[in-house]
Amino acid sequence: MREPKYNLKFIIGIAILLSLLVLLPLFLPSYYIGLFSLMLIFAIFSMSLDILQGYTGLPSLGHAAFLGIAAYIVGLLNVKVFKGCNFGIELVAGILSAAIVACILGLIVLRSKDVYLLMILLASSMMLWGIAFKWRSLTGGDDGLPGIARPDLSFIHWNLGNTIHFYYFVLLFFIVSGILMYLIVNSSFGHILMGIRESEIRMQSLGYNTWLQKYIAFIISGIFAGISGILLAYYNGFVSPSEFHLVTSAEGLIMVILGGVGTLIGPAIGAVIIILIKNFISAYTEHWMIILGLIYIFTVIFAPEGIYRIFKKLLER
Amino acid sequence: MIFFINQIINGFVFGMLLFLLAAGLTLMLGIMRIINLAHGSYYLLGGYIGFSIAKYTNSFFFACLGGLLSIGILGIFSYKIILEKHFTREPLAQVLVTFGMLLIISDLCRWIWGGTPLAIPKPEILQGNINLGKIVVPVYRLAVIILGGMILIFLWWFQERTKYGAIVRAGVDDDEMTEGIGINISFVKTIIFGIGALLAGFAGVVGGPFVGLSIGLDIEILLLAIVVVVIGGMGSLKGAFCGALLIGLIDSFGKSLLPELSIFTIFATMFIVLAIKPSGLFGIK
Amino acid sequence: MKALVVENLSKNFDGLQALDNISFSVEKGERLAIIGPNGAGKTTLFQLINGIIPPSSGKIFLFGKDITKLSTYQRASLGIGRTFQITNLFSNLTVFDNVLLALEAFNFTRFNIFYPAYSYKKLVSKAEEILNEWNLLEKKDDLVKNLSYGEQRKLEIILTLSQNRSLLLLDEPTCGLSFDESKNFVSMIRSFSREYTILLIDHDLDVTFEIAEKVMVLHFGRIIAYGNPEEVRNNPKVQQIYTGEER
Repeated sequence: MREPKYNLKFIIGIAILLSLLVLLPLFLPSYYIGLFSLMLIFAIFSMSLDILQGYTGLPSLGHAAFLGIAAYIVGLLNVKVFKGCNFGIELVAGILSAAIVACILGLIVLRSKDVYLLMILLASSMMLWGIAFKWRSLTGGDDGLPGIARPDLSFIHWNLGNTIHFYYFVLLFFIVSGILMYLIVNSSFGHILMGIRESEIRMQSLGYNTWLQKYIAFIISGIFAGISGILLAYYNGFVSPSEFHLVTSAEGLIMVILGGVGTLIGPAIGAVIIILIKNFISAYTEHWMIILGLIYIFTVIFAPEGIYRIFKKLLER
Repeated sequence: MIFFINQIINGFVFGMLLFLLAAGLTLMLGIMRIINLAHGSYYLLGGYIGFSIAKYTNSFFFACLGGLLSIGILGIFSYKIILEKHFTREPLAQVLVTFGMLLIISDLCRWIWGGTPLAIPKPEILQGNINLGKIVVPVYRLAVIILGGMILIFLWWFQERTKYGAIVRAGVDDDEMTEGIGINISFVKTIIFGIGALLAGFAGVVGGPFVGLSIGLDIEILLLAIVVVVIGGMGSLKGAFCGALLIGLIDSFGKSLLPELSIFTIFATMFIVLAIKPSGLFGIK
Repeated sequence: MKALVVENLSKNFDGLQALDNISFSVEKGERLAIIGPNGAGKTTLFQLINGIIPPSSGKIFLFGKDITKLSTYQRASLGIGRTFQITNLFSNLTVFDNVLLALEAFNFTRFNIFYPAYSYKKLVSKAEEILNEWNLLEKKDDLVKNLSYGEQRKLEIILTLSQNRSLLLLDEPTCGLSFDESKNFVSMIRSFSREYTILLIDHDLDVTFEIAEKVMVLHFGRIIAYGNPEEVRNNPKVQQIYTGEER
């Protein structure tokens, strides 16, 4: 019987990958460990976008809206209300804010299709950017909100100020989020999303309330993006309006496409590659943008289905 | 009252600039179904090239010509070599590729012209001000408005009255049909893309004296152009024009009256249009 | 009780009158064939009954219930099943996944966001059984886009029939099937119980007249003939339309 996703080779591959991630601090200097934290944060972001874009077929250039809102809520609570970190509340509030934005936005935008959906989501995120940018008294405007404290986990002897401890903190979230998202896309629900992506009309004719399924997918996707926003706020120690900007959304989309749309793991790989290049190459040349740009163009020409699929094909030889 | 009129003039001036950008973008997006995230980069690069030409030849005219031609060629080149072959119908791929071009051009601009904001000096004949009653209007700005109007008329004439315009209007959607009656659709599409790029480059030079040239402008102006195209209706020149003036006015009034809300208002307008009438003010479909 | 009642149904597409004031009814268990030249409005009629496009005016009743304002998926759960003239499958999914999606639709497993459909043995074996009946079992792991046209057409029918809907809208079901497959299809349909009501559009007039108990002829969006096959075949207006028409 067919069980394509849970086959042995795949599970072993993932196990090896996870072990490597866990053992990373043993053989990489702490600068890179810090970078890996950032990579994992954006891996969560891009995977969440893949659920929407790759599995359900809903294109978005506004996914940063969820990352941004969660990041700002954490920042505001941390800096203005608690004057320090109240992790429990900040975590819940962050996730809730992303969920609420998704719930409200979803009611309005899901009637749109294709380019129009892409654009209305772009507008949504940029509206939030406009607010963050201009409402100086609340958000600090262009300067952002500095001084976000990381959670105090001293009760389990973790000092999140330490790069390596923080890395494990992020890794934990990555593993949990990753597993959850993985289960979701491989479940009946995930299946239905793929059906909607392939032919929404057929799904409707078969009796599925496709709007509702899309709505749920939208909210789930938004929540995981929110989680990446929360982690980003702690990682950077500050939030700025760029968290909402088209550039952030576009980068997420690029990570998805580069890695492979609709593969879940591909986008995570895409995130790693892009963050690596941005930070690694920029140490050697200030023209990393040209290199990144060329990589994007070459990927489309030579590997349009994404890196992960190419990798799988090579493995099957 | 004077303030009011000044704001309107400023809004119109900026609107004309946006129109030049939006005209190309609306054709690319609405008719050719191509998402060109590098459109703002065309503006910026055209402006920078114009700046250099103006600096070395002291001629604003050549600067315009240079900006316009160089970006037109770049556009044709980009379309023919990259876009056309690989993904005429794949929006995601277009996003990736044009974003890549955005990055490359942005980096090149910073590399060659540096990070400090620049401005192109106005041509001598268009310097100074005109007094219209109590209002003082820079001659250059008036010239931009007139230019925008002329270009609108030209484009309208091209689209409505010429054979090629008819092809654009009718054929671009259905490649096979159009080729079936002997028209080289690839050629037509290349020309359209080229014209769009050319207008963007030209706008960059025209805007040089008052908008200036700086890092990040490519994305900023791309976003505004997208808003204009969406509000006006994808594929509609009339829409691009009206939308551009509208956004120009909102931008102008917004900055002076409600600075906190100006950006939000622009995107909120785009959002509302998409939610209620996605085809925009004058769009097809 | 009548399975389907269509009352003064019209559909206008920007000036093109696709359907013009159509009224008819179908008894439960009846086999109604809808024929007419291309562009007569047959598929449009199905689109309206199915709920994919809204009517410009008129009403539709399914088993006595007014479904005019209901959406497609609601009509499906009330009992409408439809095949598409232009194959409408899930191309990038496997044959097996396609059938599974059809089977899951009215099954509570679909509310699960953590377990895969494969873990529900009953569904899985039902899917295999169906594929086996139609000789597509060996291809179950193939992607639909890699199937031949004929195989896709078979799958198109399979998806709809596997759901056991009571009112079936079959749009060109034998298109793409071989001669033998068409014959099998006809005998299969003929063996269906009276629990199923069938509306059939098929260019193959042999197939049509073997299945149909009543025939309705559409031309330019209007009903120009309605009756049992003999009457319609001998109707001069109908013959006029079909003179020169390829079979």
